[in-house]
Amino acid sequence: MTPTQSALQAVQAAGLYDVERIRADFPILGLKVNGKPLVFLDNAASSQMPRPVIERLEHYQLAEHANIHRGVHYLSETATAAYEGARRKVQRFLNAREEREIIYTRGTTDGINLVMHGYGRAFLGEGDEIIVSQLEHHSNIVPWQMLCEEKGAKLRVIPCNDAGELLQDEYRKLFNARTKFVAITHVSNALGTINPVKEMIAVARGHGVPVLVDGAQAVPHMKVDVQDLDCDFYAFSAHKMCGPTGIGILYGKAKQLEAMKPYQGGGDMILSVTFEKTTYNTIPHKFEAGTPPIAAGIGLGATIDYLESVGMDRIAAHEHDLIEYATAAFRSLEGVRIVGTARDKAAVLSFVVKGVHPHDVGTILNEDAVAVRTGHHCAQPVMQRFGIPATARASFYLYNTFAEVDALVAGIRRVQKIFS
Amino acid sequence: MDSKQLYQEVILDHNKKPRNWGRLADASHKAEGLNPLCGDHIWVSLKLAGDKVDGIAFEGESCAICKASSSMMTTNVKGKSIGEAEQLIQEFRDMATGKLDATLQPHHLGRLTVFSGVRDLPSRVKCAILPWHTLHAALNAENTVSTEGDQDPVAIANP
Repeated sequence: MTPTQSALQAVQAAGLYDVERIRADFPILGLKVNGKPLVFLDNAASSQMPRPVIERLEHYQLAEHANIHRGVHYLSETATAAYEGARRKVQRFLNAREEREIIYTRGTTDGINLVMHGYGRAFLGEGDEIIVSQLEHHSNIVPWQMLCEEKGAKLRVIPCNDAGELLQDEYRKLFNARTKFVAITHVSNALGTINPVKEMIAVARGHGVPVLVDGAQAVPHMKVDVQDLDCDFYAFSAHKMCGPTGIGILYGKAKQLEAMKPYQGGGDMILSVTFEKTTYNTIPHKFEAGTPPIAAGIGLGATIDYLESVGMDRIAAHEHDLIEYATAAFRSLEGVRIVGTARDKAAVLSFVVKGVHPHDVGTILNEDAVAVRTGHHCAQPVMQRFGIPATARASFYLYNTFAEVDALVAGIRRVQKIFS
Repeated sequence: MDSKQLYQEVILDHNKKPRNWGRLADASHKAEGLNPLCGDHIWVSLKLAGDKVDGIAFEGESCAICKASSSMMTTNVKGKSIGEAEQLIQEFRDMATGKLDATLQPHHLGRLTVFSGVRDLPSRVKCAILPWHTLHAALNAENTVSTEGDQDPVAIANP
């Protein structure tokens, strides 16, 4: 055995992070774009899928597919068992108290809309107030605006400081007797700020106000425990955590879900139907009308298995190292400004290059096969807060490397050279 | 598509030193153009003398492609008749959306063919077209145009 080999084995035995081994699980990362190896830094928009999840989807289509629930035949029972098994995995992954608190949705947006319709339209009225934050994605603003328009309710906004941190004193001041709901993001998609949601939920709880947390950018990257957070609702999507598109989860406390109105009517969400009266099914099925994306749900289960096999804490630690490294590298670049410098930050790096529009930055980086997102990131109020039309955003995940950060930095130097 | 081909010297030069920048105080026609997807936002003002574009100016906030396209549009359109300007607008749209191959088909675009590369970058096509779309609106007495919704120039070009 050579010294190098033994060192490698020692590293693996110590459980250190072997990013190359992880990368080998993701076939798409082997792609070449414009003749260069792909550097995929657009994970906050959507992430890539590892082979075990791809294979799970394939196996389902090859050997398990039929419609779920109420089928008495082999395939239907197999598909139902796999689909409901994935729901139990989600329950355990989030540490939800009960399996029936896990509702399948199409994604985070769908989950938020479900709560807006099922809870908001049932329990909010004229003059009531909903608290959101300056950092929200449009999907956690627009549904509440629609509700306000319909009910004559009012949106109140938690402001943020220049680092992109929510002002907690201002948040506390927003509460009054008319405050009926709080909808906040766990992690800002545009800036990466990790909000102190546990403390913020406790504040709302003190006023007897329920809280929905948009967890789209949190669940893929850190351990989330909904009982510990004590939130009423928590929504996220599978495709940002190496899973399939078209499926997401809404966690809701059973007590809240039971009191809520169904979101959509149809098959599977009923107990009995006559032309005189329909009795709704129990939760979670009350909120799951129609045939769901079964394969995607099962794929989500496989995704959780995969992420847990790597370890959420180890993923979070690796991403922390990446963002620290990238931030230090960006600080040494003249004419580059990082937008969003919260103390507690996820692996999201939003930036502007002096004198160059973010879309030009993105197009030139693509020439080096570096994939970043450019634009307002569906968070125009964030852009307005910082007085910019758009940013370029690099967002990292479990399979990204320090060498990829170097490639990004080299790409930005090239952008600056072209525009010098 | 190589971005080196798109970000050529002439485009970078017009981005750095845009020609006809500003607003005409005595404009007879003007319009505002918006690309909500990337935040490009420009104003085009015109002074027509009879059938002729006597003066033209633009300003706004945009990416390099949009700014260079605006700048080169103003230098190309100045002194032209409305009919000639509309023809250029049509030809530029056709080139940017890939309907006109400037190397094979006849056209009046001249150096504007430096923008032909955007046809391979679907997300950037609208950046290049926005000023032309806005000029068309100004000539036709529309105040504001957008590159999205029912005014989408790419959708209109490829129904």
